[in-house]
Amino acid sequence: MAAVDTADPAPARRMSETLLRIVVIDADPARASIIEDGLREAGHRAVTVIAETRGLLRRLLELEPHVIFINLENPNRDVLEQMFQVSRTVQRPIAMFVDRSDTAMIEAAVDAGVSAYVVDGLKKERVKPILDMAISRFNAFSRLRDELDQARQALDERKVIDRAKGILMKSRGIDEEEAYTLMRKAAMSESRRLAEVAQSIVTAAKLIGG
Amino acid sequence: MASDRETLTIGFIPLVDCAVVVAAGDKGFAEAEGLTLDLVRETSWANIRDRVVLGHFDAAQMLAPMPIAANLGIGGFDAPMVAPFSLGLGGNAITVSTGLFAAMRDHGADDAAGPAKMAAALAAAIAARAKTGAAPLTFGMVHPFSCHNYELRYWLASAGIDPDHDVRLTVVPPPMMVEALREGRVDGFCVGEPWNSQAVDEAVGHIVAVKSALWRQSPEKVLGLRTVFADQRPATVDALLRALHRAAAWAGSPANHAELAQMLARPDRVGAPAGQILRALSGRMVAAPGEPPAELADFLVFHTHAANFPWQSHALWLYSQMVRWGQVAHTPERAAEARATYRPDIFRRALGPVGADLPAASAKVEGALTRPTPVASLSGRLVLGPDGFFDGRLFDPDDLEGYLRSVGVVV
Repeated sequence: MAAVDTADPAPARRMSETLLRIVVIDADPARASIIEDGLREAGHRAVTVIAETRGLLRRLLELEPHVIFINLENPNRDVLEQMFQVSRTVQRPIAMFVDRSDTAMIEAAVDAGVSAYVVDGLKKERVKPILDMAISRFNAFSRLRDELDQARQALDERKVIDRAKGILMKSRGIDEEEAYTLMRKAAMSESRRLAEVAQSIVTAAKLIGG
Repeated sequence: MASDRETLTIGFIPLVDCAVVVAAGDKGFAEAEGLTLDLVRETSWANIRDRVVLGHFDAAQMLAPMPIAANLGIGGFDAPMVAPFSLGLGGNAITVSTGLFAAMRDHGADDAAGPAKMAAALAAAIAARAKTGAAPLTFGMVHPFSCHNYELRYWLASAGIDPDHDVRLTVVPPPMMVEALREGRVDGFCVGEPWNSQAVDEAVGHIVAVKSALWRQSPEKVLGLRTVFADQRPATVDALLRALHRAAAWAGSPANHAELAQMLARPDRVGAPAGQILRALSGRMVAAPGEPPAELADFLVFHTHAANFPWQSHALWLYSQMVRWGQVAHTPERAAEARATYRPDIFRRALGPVGADLPAASAKVEGALTRPTPVASLSGRLVLGPDGFFDGRLFDPDDLEGYLRSVGVVV
């Protein structure tokens, strides 16, 4: 690959999409691969995912990316900040985001939990679709994770309710439906959630030694 | 106060010097001023800065050079910020690997040696290492616009070590410092507490210099907020400063250190053992594994000696280091911008009415005091602590260019 002076917008414009080097720094492999897939579908070939952040700076200097994505929980953002300082001496100017005045875009990214760094001089029209895609995939991933968390919680609650039912059936000699009705009534009269009532039954049974 | 209770979102980084912000929220000082503080623990200084700029945070604990860099247009977004309150003085240390300390010991380093002798020992060890053809040593610090970066460079340069050629400086997030030292990815670092003490406790590091010995009573963290917020909501800013002022007085009192250490030890605050945190709070630092603690005066100052006052000479000194190390080229306009980032006028407006002792001046010659010294103030009882640099250098804010020339900058 020919060396491209990335500070100059003219050669950057001539570069085909496949030559745009994009790095995704994310310790979460599932999320990183969702972004990576999206970028590849959009025709970007030079996508590198970095999960291991040791020696991050050296790897970035080797890869010379035009666009870097990093999730906001990643403390290595401060390592990137140093790169902007270092880069001045090694001729790899990397600027914060597309356009410092584009706060709406920055806001959308931060809300989604991702930050992007783009080589200075790269045209906004070229970067915006990449950014939009990353932001929407980040948001989709968060939604997916929330749903997964909810599903997991629901499953945990189901297990507790089943255990509480079992305890009641055994200690009071009632059937499953009666045990369930008993718990639901208790929940309603105490304005608590069914799972909470079930949890206190399980806890009480443990303490009593059931 | 006529206004309803307000909620302010404040960002902080898990370090011992988040204490004043945390105490303001968790010990009821903000509550007493009609404020509810929503304290948000952050993972990077870049996040702190961006979230303040975007208005997610109303204010945050910031590295003192950070708002200055933002105003100079060299650190992230162009978004004007102000620093009206200092969250404490000192608190950092320089730690080297036990292996490097052994090499330094061969060249005269011992725990009784001051920073100058320690730096000379390091210079000798570096020279010896260079003869073997080994790669340069690597030192970690936390951010390009941090006091850590500047004090590490200042200390290295004092012994003729060029921080940009004779060693490598690299940013490592504080919670990863100890691991980086253990794995040999860095040979030393400059970081705030509790990370130096943790390196000592894990027997991988040896503390060779503390910030208070490099420059006593020196600036470290500030409260940073957007200029537009400060301009539009002066009453809120004043209430926040009053809460921080009282929190700082509480946090600085030795009688409260045990309670404060417990408060900071919580996993959603600093998340380190209370005993380790207590060392920094009480200034009883352990330099190396198995050694008895050394009593260090002014290791970390939260309130006394006008520690919370935003001295504009501090802002200018930080600017001088940005210039010295090539982060920005000096112009009188930039110097004025840096100076004006610190806002003693807001400090005075907020805290004069509650009886805080206000110095008459907004800047001072740094490094001139060798003993506690009374200075002109509102009450006439203000005593500043000794503030010397270890190399005896002075910083006169009225002769910035003379200072820059003295450190080799062509002005």
